[in-house]
Amino acid sequence: MNAVFRISGAGRLSQAKTASFSFDDRPYTGIEGDTLASALLANGVHLVGRSFKYHRPRGFLSAGAEEPNALVQIVRDDARKTPNVRATVQELYDGLTANSQNRWPSLAFDVGAVNDIASPMFSAGFYYKTFMWPKWAWKDLYEPKIRAAAGLGVSPDKPDPDHYAARYAHCEVLVLGGGAAGIAAALAAAETGVRVILADEQAEFGGSLRFESGARIDGQDGYAWAQAAIAKLKAMDNVRVLSRTTAFGYYAQNFVGLVERVSDHLKSPGRELARERLWQVRAKRVVIATGAIERHMVFANNDRPGVMLASAARTYLNHYGVAVGRNIGVYTANDSAYAAAIDLKKAGINIAAIVDLRDNPAGPVIDEARALGIEINFGRAVVSAGGKLRVSSMSVQPKNGGGERTIPVDAILMSAGWTPSVHLFSQSRGKVAFNDETKRFVPGTYAQDCVSVGACNGTDGLAASVDEAFAAGAKAAKEAGGKVGKGAKPKVDAGESWSRGMLGAAPGAGPGTTVKAFVDFQNDVTAKDIRQAVHEGMHSIEHVKRFTTNGMATDQGKTSNMHGLAIAAEELGKPIPQVGLTTFRAPYTPVTFGSIVGHARGALFDPTRRTATHGWAASHGAVFEDVGHWKRAWYFPKAGEDMHAAVNRECVTVRKVGGLFDASTLGKIEVVGPDAAKFMELLYTNPWEKLETGRCRYGIMLREDGFVYDDGVVGRLAPDRFHVTTTTGGAPRVMNHMEDYLQTEFPHLNVWLTSITEQWAVIAVQGPKSRDIIAPLVEGIDMSDEAMPHMSVREGRICGVPTRLFRMSFTGERGFEINVPADYGEAVWEALWAEGQKHGATAYGTETMHVLRAEKGYIIVGQDTDGTVTPNDAGLDWAVGKKKTDFVGIRGLTRPDLVAKGRKQLVGLKTKDPKVVLEEGAQIVADPKQLIPMKMIGHVTSSYWSENCGRSIALALVAGGRDRMGETLYVPMPNGTIEVEVTGMVFVDEKGERLNG
Amino acid sequence: MLLIRCPYCEEERPELEFRNAGEAHIARPTNIAAESDDDFEKFFFIRANPKGVIYERWRHIHGCARFFNAVRDTVTDKFVMTYKAGEPKPAKLPGASK
Repeated sequence: MNAVFRISGAGRLSQAKTASFSFDDRPYTGIEGDTLASALLANGVHLVGRSFKYHRPRGFLSAGAEEPNALVQIVRDDARKTPNVRATVQELYDGLTANSQNRWPSLAFDVGAVNDIASPMFSAGFYYKTFMWPKWAWKDLYEPKIRAAAGLGVSPDKPDPDHYAARYAHCEVLVLGGGAAGIAAALAAAETGVRVILADEQAEFGGSLRFESGARIDGQDGYAWAQAAIAKLKAMDNVRVLSRTTAFGYYAQNFVGLVERVSDHLKSPGRELARERLWQVRAKRVVIATGAIERHMVFANNDRPGVMLASAARTYLNHYGVAVGRNIGVYTANDSAYAAAIDLKKAGINIAAIVDLRDNPAGPVIDEARALGIEINFGRAVVSAGGKLRVSSMSVQPKNGGGERTIPVDAILMSAGWTPSVHLFSQSRGKVAFNDETKRFVPGTYAQDCVSVGACNGTDGLAASVDEAFAAGAKAAKEAGGKVGKGAKPKVDAGESWSRGMLGAAPGAGPGTTVKAFVDFQNDVTAKDIRQAVHEGMHSIEHVKRFTTNGMATDQGKTSNMHGLAIAAEELGKPIPQVGLTTFRAPYTPVTFGSIVGHARGALFDPTRRTATHGWAASHGAVFEDVGHWKRAWYFPKAGEDMHAAVNRECVTVRKVGGLFDASTLGKIEVVGPDAAKFMELLYTNPWEKLETGRCRYGIMLREDGFVYDDGVVGRLAPDRFHVTTTTGGAPRVMNHMEDYLQTEFPHLNVWLTSITEQWAVIAVQGPKSRDIIAPLVEGIDMSDEAMPHMSVREGRICGVPTRLFRMSFTGERGFEINVPADYGEAVWEALWAEGQKHGATAYGTETMHVLRAEKGYIIVGQDTDGTVTPNDAGLDWAVGKKKTDFVGIRGLTRPDLVAKGRKQLVGLKTKDPKVVLEEGAQIVADPKQLIPMKMIGHVTSSYWSENCGRSIALALVAGGRDRMGETLYVPMPNGTIEVEVTGMVFVDEKGERLNG
Repeated sequence: MLLIRCPYCEEERPELEFRNAGEAHIARPTNIAAESDDDFEKFFFIRANPKGVIYERWRHIHGCARFFNAVRDTVTDKFVMTYKAGEPKPAKLPGASK
């Protein structure tokens, strides 16, 4: 239970506050403030995972977001099993349960490690070369078996029970990164009074001040200065400070996506806390202060657990008080690893040796290391790491070859130099520039209103970074409208500074070698793989990347991209800038689906629209169907009825007596103004000028290409006022279409358009008794056939409320559609229902509506038409005004293809066996004996069982359909071919007498 | 998400409030019924697909609901300017003289 690698007196955590946790079912104890990584290291645990491809044992490479190796599964409960969590960023809480991934049966003994031995088979491009053939293997072998063997964590199999918040925010200055530079920039901007947001991915601010033991700012320790500055910023009203918040995406016009991890670090967050919060920030200016990431050395077996970045070891020691070993080797190509060695040595840890690739470097840190008695080897290389589940030694050789010496170690700290984090700058579409002297890409040409400061800008040294950041913060605020700030610039008393280093493979892993010297740990890409990709013809870095998958894992190549690029450049014999950098893409670190989805799930995924009678329908047993956003009553089953029985009863009752139907979802648009009729003439095929007030007409709307766009009944309420109805689904696009023409093509017309869909509830009362049901409730309207014939509209009152009463029919029966203000919809429905009950009428739903209209051959735009159907094709030529000189679609209708012979036309179909109901969408052929693929001449658009006809009925689009009346056609189906006869489209009351019946 | 300046509301609003409505400055012929097949094809089907500056229509559908015209660079996705429907194609674009 005692954490033997916790060094007393080191680090900033309070030893008193312990937290117990488990890893692979073994209990451990850590300290509050630990990450899972620091807590495991304190317990001497380095082996935490198996690699993606070769199943090699892996430990911790880093202490931060760049971690490629230490991916674990965090288990809270049955539904909360988060895979691929970086142990280096997962904060410890009491009771945390973590498991290793990608191993079987155990982490220490993993059968999959056979891949490591067989690795020559799995070299670069293995997938592309192997999974080409044979074809059968895809289904039986590759997909099920290889998929199971590949991949890392396991997805949870239950719905995510957590909730995720989302916020939009605006500010003048957004500072990304809360290290010394970011804090300095935020301080400068905040003093000017503008709105500032400062975000950092870590739990505590400070960035590299967490490990830079030598930093002193404004007379205090660097990390303490950072905490004081953050406290000051938090106290300011114009500043929002966000910790545990990663800027993952930089989009157009300074729109930045941040994700805040709200409760992943808490023992029991409770329902009131979101798990994560997505911030979508629009900033006038952005200051990028994302720092730099240390690179590893590329040498044989550089992936053994215990081999890690020097800055990581320093962070574990100086912040968490944890030693990553007791006898540590150092392999470096720059100065910064010396600082790690010095700090560890001072903490009482033995430094076995420093191996420095450089020939004769000099500087204060080197002198200090030497003064502490640490062995230093210049001009030498670590050519291999020994050990398997944990590093046990390092083999050292002069870098130009010669005798090898093996030094026993239990950890190796590496540093090949620092890579500026230009990810967000690059995402902003800025162009990076290569600095040949310092061998790094730094921000070059800017594309947006942002500025990079500090290490991510290639600025070396704490003092220079803070100066640059403070000036940039003040400038950004001023440009965004801030006053001149009064705050004093932080004074850096002491700080560390290093640059340079090396790129590419170290000696021993150079050209011609076959050792496993890893470039990309997460995707198991070695130096050899990158060279092989070049040999096999990948000359573009983008091709090398995809062929080897270098930099394509979830860590996005934070540690590997520059090494991979350098190796490819060397192999291509080109300078690095000519080979170029691969494109940086969002997200910077993985983002959960939950945070992107936010509240938009379940009932909040999409709006739900309910009509005024929804409650009545629900309480009367209606089954609902989704029609766009609407919930519509589908059918009203009585006890013991299935859908078929209910619909049959509803269909028969409507034709025999009457029925009530909620038609409120139909789109309704009021077209008003002196030029309303002229506008209608232009937007619909029909003539409107001569339509009398109080009369209705079935209108067809075309697109300019001549195809049917929408239809509906239009009533003329006054010379300058039309009540237009549209299809349920078409309402928004018809409104848009009308507005488009009114605003841009016919702006001279004096017309106003108003959507009134939701203002009027519509109750259709249809059937021979419809007038008898309605009449007792209506005032001020003469409903006799003479006064109010079919296709007329009257205004009056029903149940004491205003109504627009249409006499119209979508059933072929005498029918009315009663429009009442939506608030009265349910009350009027109840009153009509009470009247209907006296006659034995039924309530009916959309399914019965569909059957009844099909029995009459009334089409539904979007079901019987599909955007390639003309009015003539649909048998609606009568509705096109022949004398009109203009309407939208008039020219389209005369296009050669639209007047050609043999077009598909709507017809009726009757199956030879009346009991067989065709499938909608089924294809139709003329000759069922032809060879496959058969020539299809049409398809079924609507098909129902018609209880009124005692048989099935169908509508279909068939080539030359109207010339085929009486012809036998065939519908080939999986269970046999169905014979059908081509008929007219009207199956009930062909003469239309029932409209007045 | 882009910010788009509505020339009627006279302010920048987020892209979510707008809908693109295709290429601008394609006028419906006044005597459309008399158009030849070729002319109708050009009017209805043929659209520019430039790399660079494009003139297009947008609608501030979740705002003032007006259609307007915009000049946008298809490479950078940046809006050069917006102007009201019916106004002529700008003879000179801001910054174009450089």
